[in-house]
Order: sequence, then structure tokens, then C-alpha cells
Amino acid sequence: MKMPQPDAGVIARRAEIIEAMQAIVLGEGVITDEEELRVYDHDGLMAYKGLPLVVVLPETTGQVSAILEYCTANEVKIVPRGAGTGLSGGALPLADAITLGLGKFNKILEIDYDNRIVTTQSGVTNLAITEAVEDEGFYYAPDPSSQIACSIGGNIAENSGGVHCLKYGLTTNNVLGIEMVLMSGKIVHFGGKHLDSGGYDLLGVATGSEGLLGVITEVTVRILQKPETARALLLGFPSNKSAGDCVAAIIGAGIIPGGMEMMDKPAIHATEDFVHAGYPLDVQALLIVELDGPEVEVDHLIERVDAIARQAGATHLSVSRSEEERQAFWSGRKNAFPAVGRLSPDYLCMDGTIPRRKLADVLQRIEELSQQYGLRIANVFHAGDGNLHPLILFDANEPGELEKAENFGADILRYCVEVGGVLTGEHGVGIEKRDLMGVMFTEDDMNHQQRLKCAFDPAHLLNPGKVYPTLHRCSELGRMFVHKGKLPFPDIPRF
Amino acid sequence: MSETLKPETAEQVLDAVKWAAASESPLAVKGQGSKEGFGRAVEADCWLDLSGLTGIGCYEPNELFMTAGAATTLAEIEAALRQNNQQMAFEPADLGILLGGEGDAGTIGGAIACNLAGPRRIKVGAARDHFLGFNAVSGRGETFKSGGTVVKNVTGFDLSKLIAGSFGTLAVMTEVTFKVLPAPEKTRTVLVLGLSDQDAMKAMAKALGSSHEVSGAAHLPEAAAKGSKVSHVAGTGRSVTAFRVEGPGPSVEHRCRALTALLGGGASVEELHSENSALLWREICDVRLLDGDGGNGRQVWRLSVPPMNGAGVAEQLTAGTGAAVFYDWGGGLIWLTMDATPDAGHETVRRAVEAAGGHATLVRAGADVRNRVPVFEPQTGALREITARIKEGFDPKGILNPGRMVEGV
Repeated sequence: MKMPQPDAGVIARRAEIIEAMQAIVLGEGVITDEEELRVYDHDGLMAYKGLPLVVVLPETTGQVSAILEYCTANEVKIVPRGAGTGLSGGALPLADAITLGLGKFNKILEIDYDNRIVTTQSGVTNLAITEAVEDEGFYYAPDPSSQIACSIGGNIAENSGGVHCLKYGLTTNNVLGIEMVLMSGKIVHFGGKHLDSGGYDLLGVATGSEGLLGVITEVTVRILQKPETARALLLGFPSNKSAGDCVAAIIGAGIIPGGMEMMDKPAIHATEDFVHAGYPLDVQALLIVELDGPEVEVDHLIERVDAIARQAGATHLSVSRSEEERQAFWSGRKNAFPAVGRLSPDYLCMDGTIPRRKLADVLQRIEELSQQYGLRIANVFHAGDGNLHPLILFDANEPGELEKAENFGADILRYCVEVGGVLTGEHGVGIEKRDLMGVMFTEDDMNHQQRLKCAFDPAHLLNPGKVYPTLHRCSELGRMFVHKGKLPFPDIPRF
Repeated sequence: MSETLKPETAEQVLDAVKWAAASESPLAVKGQGSKEGFGRAVEADCWLDLSGLTGIGCYEPNELFMTAGAATTLAEIEAALRQNNQQMAFEPADLGILLGGEGDAGTIGGAIACNLAGPRRIKVGAARDHFLGFNAVSGRGETFKSGGTVVKNVTGFDLSKLIAGSFGTLAVMTEVTFKVLPAPEKTRTVLVLGLSDQDAMKAMAKALGSSHEVSGAAHLPEAAAKGSKVSHVAGTGRSVTAFRVEGPGPSVEHRCRALTALLGGGASVEELHSENSALLWREICDVRLLDGDGGNGRQVWRLSVPPMNGAGVAEQLTAGTGAAVFYDWGGGLIWLTMDATPDAGHETVRRAVEAAGGHATLVRAGADVRNRVPVFEPQTGALREITARIKEGFDPKGILNPGRMVEGV
């Protein structure tokens, strides 16, 4: 993974930059000691590490504004960081950039049940929002598996998903407003407690922008009342294909479950060994289908899903009879990553999305690649929306294995795109999938995306080296080649 | 307009835009033209008529998406979806009659470009939330795409959000992909009669804050209720607050009972079934409750505010003025109609909305008024700069629908 060459001129100015930061953020909010900087040397993508120039932990939007204004004036780069749980390297530090941590933005500012919104600072964790409102029966729907640790600001930067987004939408469908500080230091508000925008949908473009457009300091999300009840079915199948067919048939019958997750045989065995969830071991694929709503609706839909599953050839069927049992069904899936982690010193988690009907086909291809690369694999995925998480097992201490695992992963993602899918469903591009962007997008596609970047950060000071393999200068992107002359389209009907 | 270009393929659209960019000839982009009166009048003398770019390209019901030419009519799309018991869950409004034209018109590209959304907005989102990907030609005369056909996709910036609601000012969509969803098995509407606007906001907050999955919450003051063609609504002589419940049969019945118990408390409660229920929500979605079908020259504003501020904003704008309102989105969407004035009362409207938080759009007024008065929420400072820079990046010569949203942009 090649990162942009650090700017030696900026590194040489380190003492001066630290002094400026200390003038803005008083006390212990400026971290300069190498040992302490190490805490920030990577995010959830463990394979890549690097020390930041300095870490700054502001406490107010005003401080963030002053920091960015200074950085623009002095051409210093910024890497924004929430909780550092991101899986694609979006918060990987740069040697010539300030890592701007939002960890101190940890206050919930307003809970408004009548308007069904919560406004928080951006460093508040995803789960803390639900915890703040659950006494009144409410919750915040998007639930990435890191929800205990990940920050809501980071969720917006990545447009995070989770098990429940099949029915309740991604982050982008559940955010109503943000406060963002632009690289110029200006503070802007997109959206609010109301719906939609009176101009271009800047809230929509900021969501999922991976820290390239601005620094999010405040967030307004919508909250929902918890469903009356939820029950889960555990369905075992003799092949990946029959499980995939079952998923398609459930959706085809007009049923959108609260969650629909799938695991392949290696993942089933790894998780059963780890948490003893009671999963059947004599099946090739396992589906967990959760239905939520009023009891009468859940009962009705469970009957229908049961019938569909039998039709699709399910060899194991069980329905949760209590909340404990429902939790037990989920315990395996929720612990799938650590469970697989026990099988191998290291693993890479991939994140492509494919059309549902291609599930069996893609799993077959992944199996072939696994043989070819000589690396084991376990698959867990959000089957309802075709979002795969193949876990590639490897040992980073073996020379060349990380590279081999990465090539394997890249081949999986290329195949996802080939069958009509995309490179990343919820983890983001970051540095991990940066160099694969060309598989999905043409130069013109990426240049149009970068023109959006230019409108926010014309000097490319925010999170450079992430998402785009090549960052073109904004002056270059603005240039237009026009061919004067006669009408080049004699074929178009004219009136 | 002195000329119309009518491309029939994406390549021809590219040629047309390239020509327009080279000759700096602004284009007014249209599908069927059903929303021509929405927004400011475009400062152009050449039409780019996309009505040749039609046809459903790929529709796989089990994959829950459809790809279609940008000017495919909503009627064609809805017919295809109905055959598979599916729908566009965001309920694109048919504003044809409101805007003084015909009903049953409009294209998918137009619905997306205006980011339309009906009563189900509060539960499932607007066009922006269902718009998965597109092919387009930017004002630079370059073809580009974004997104894909799958719902879960965070690959690169989400340009679909930028294009939805940009009123054709950044790029000409040639093909769009959007999410489709199963149509509900059953729909019923619970009506609560005689609530004041303030009490209706509270009742709607209660219902939307419950677990009963209300998919529409609207309040029609007496005058608006009278405008309905549903006799149970028009004939009550009182205000009507409506709650829509959708889903599998047994669930709908259960939830209607639960809502009635939740909201009853002495109030008069009734239920609407099948056709009557569908008709009422169509009238709310298409804004047909304000002034009959004639339009009678009154101006119409669309206000989006925090739901609990709805009644307060409406009270300020209607007290003693002859203006009238009805509310959708649990009070968060206010349709305001008033006698025509040269400035459409825009300063008063914007002051009220600004104090409440939100934005206002002048949806219906004469072209002269729309060109004089900001139609969309005026932007200032950094927001205005970003908007101008995005326009500059995607359409540096200013040839796509110039002036449609903001004068000079």
C-alpha cells in the first residue's frame, strides 16, 4: 500500500505546529510523545500502522474551527478520527498530518421524544444513543457490530450499516442533520430536526464521505420505538445454493425481515466451538432470520418463512421461544469475527456487496480462490442485502502471507463487481480498497467525485491518500476542453 | 424556447451537452415537462427533451431494484411494479394538477431530480433514499456514473444524493436505478375527528412514537378535510387527523385497534378501508385538498419543519390572513395556500420557518413571482459558496437548467 510521500517541509515545522496547537487546545489535548502517539498509530485495519505528526483532541467546535483554519493557512494536513474502529484504514495516520481525534466530543446534547430525535456530539458511541433513550422504549436503528465502541460521527463518515439496515435503513437514511467544520474553519449546518434540504443535499453527500469533506462535530439522528416483539428462526441447509435460494424466496414473497444473516460451514463451526450457540453442525449453510413487530405479525410471518425454508430444502429449523433463545441464536453470529480469530493468528475481513441471486455463485468462486491461494476462508454475511464478509485467514508472521491474503481479497472484490456488485457495502474504501476503485469506476466517474471534494477542500488537506488512488489538483479538474465548431450530432432529432 | 433537441440515446445526450458547452448555449432539461412550473423559470432558449429516453431496462423483483431510462413514465413503472405486488415506497407525488397541468404525468428522472416524497417519507424516506445509482452527462459534456444496483454500497462519494433534488442543474440523468419494495398486503387508516392543530401534533407524535409502524400521519383542518372526495372525511364537518397502517392483514387489524386505544381517550375515531384509504392518501400526497382542482390562482408553499413546530408555524402564517394549511409527515410538512400577492409573502414565510428550523419552497406561483422571489431556501455564507463551487465543478459553463434553483446558478 503506497501512501503519499510525507512533506518533509511540514515535518520540519513540527515544533511550530505543536506550539500553535497548544495555543488552541490548552492542557493535555495535544499529544506529542512518541509512546502516547502509538495509541493512535492504526485504526480497525490492523495491518497498517504509522505515527501521526501530532494528535490533537479538541473539546469544542470553536477549537476544531481554529485548528482547521490554522491548517489551511499553513498547509498542514488533517486526518479526522472518531473512535478508530473503522475497518478500511480511513483514520490511518500520516507522518505529515495532524490526527484530529473527536474523543472528547462525548456529550448527548438533546433528546426530543416528541420529534423523535437525538442530538449529540460526534464522539458519542452508537450504542450510547440507544442507551440514552431505551428507558422510553426507543432505539437508534443502525447497529454496526462495533456499536459498543464506534462513534456516531464515524458512522456518518462511513455510512455504516449493521444487521438491522435491511429493514430500517443505513446511517444515511437515519441522520437528519450535522454540524460540520470545513477546512476553511467555517462551521456549517446541514439539515436539522426537519426533513430534506432546501438546496443541494449536502447532508447526503457528507454521509459516507470518509473524512474527506469536513470534520463532523454534532449529529442529529432519528430514533424509533422498539418493535413490540422479535423472534428469530435458525435455518440449516445442505448447500450454500439452497440457503441462497431461500433468501431470494423470502424477499420474493414480499417479506422484509428485521435481519437476515448467513454463515457458511467454517464460520458455523468456528462460532459453535467458541460460544456454543446450539448451531447444527451437519449443515453447509445457516440462516438466521429475525422478524419483528406486533406478536400477531411475527407469528404470521414465522409461519410463512418456515414454509418457504422447507420448500427451499432446509434440513434444520428452529424458532426462538424466548428472548434468551433469540439472543443465543444471535450470539454465534455476533461473535463470528473473534471466533474466526481463534482459528488463525490474523484475518482480513472483506466487505463486497452482490446481487442476492449471485450468492451461491460468488461463494463457489471464493472457494476456488481459497484453494488457489492456499488460504482458508470463513464466510459470514448480511444475506438480506447481499453484503458479504469473507474472512481470509492468514499469518502475518509468515513472509509474504499478508500480501497473498490481500491479493486474495482483491480478487474476491473484483469478482463482486464483475457479477454486478460493489467493492464495499459498509466498511468504506479508506486505503484498503483505494487502489481497486478503478475496477468499478472510470477516470471520469472518479473525477466527478473529486470535483465534489474540490468544492469542500480545494487544497486536498483533509485525509489525503484515502479513497482515491490519484488525487488530481482542483485546478486541473476544473479545466475543460471544448471543441468549438459545427454541431457534432446530425442524428439528434431537432424541432 | 427557440429550439428543442430530442436525443434518443445516451450518446446523443452526450453530443447535445457537448455542443451546448462548446457554444455556451444553456439548455432547459425536461422529461414530460409536468413539473416545468416547479422552481424558477430556466434562463435558456433551447430545450433538451429527454422524453425519448424511456423503457424499463432491468427489473428483478427479487433483487428489489429497477433500472430504467430517465424519462420512463411513473405510470409505466407503477404498472410494472403492480404486476409483482411491488411499489416505489417513497410515493412520488403527482404534482401535475397542483401545478395547473394534467394529472398522471411525470417521469422517474423528474421525481428524482425534484426529490419528491409522499406521506411515507416519515417511515421509508424520500426519492433520495431509494435512488441507488445513475448514468448521467454533466455540464462538462462528460459521461459519468455513480452507485450501483445494490442497496448497501459505500464505494466512493454518494453522488446519487447530490443529483437527487438538484433539479437538473448539475447533470442530465440518462438512466437511473432505484429501490423497489413489496407493496403492503393490507392498508387501513384510522381517523381521529375534531382535534385542534396543536392537539393533532401531539396525537401524531404519540402515534409515530409508538411501535405501531404508522406509515402516514396527516392532519386536515376542517377546510382541508372538506376538500376531500372521501365522503367520510369531507362530511364530518370537523378536522380530521389520519393515521395510515400497512402490513400483513392480522397485523394491520391489531395495530389499528392499538392506535384507536392509544389515541381514543374520548376523541371520535373512525376507520377507512381499502379504496377510501388509498384515495385519501393520494389526495394528501398530490396536494389536492387545498383549493379543489381549479387552482384559482392561489399561491402554494411547502414548508418542512420539526414536526412539533408545525402548528405554531401555521398559526403564525394563517391567523387573520385567509391563508390555509394542511399537515403531512406528522406535522413536519405544511402545505400552505394563500391569495396571490406579488411577493408571495416570502419574507413572512421565511421568518416563521427560520425561527422554527427548516426550509420553505414556493411550489406554485406565477413565473414572474417565482423569478422575483427566491423559490428555494436562500443560502448564505459557506453554504452558498459550496453550492456555487459544486455547480462550477459539474457545470462550469452554466448550461444545465441555469437559474432553476437560484438566480445565476
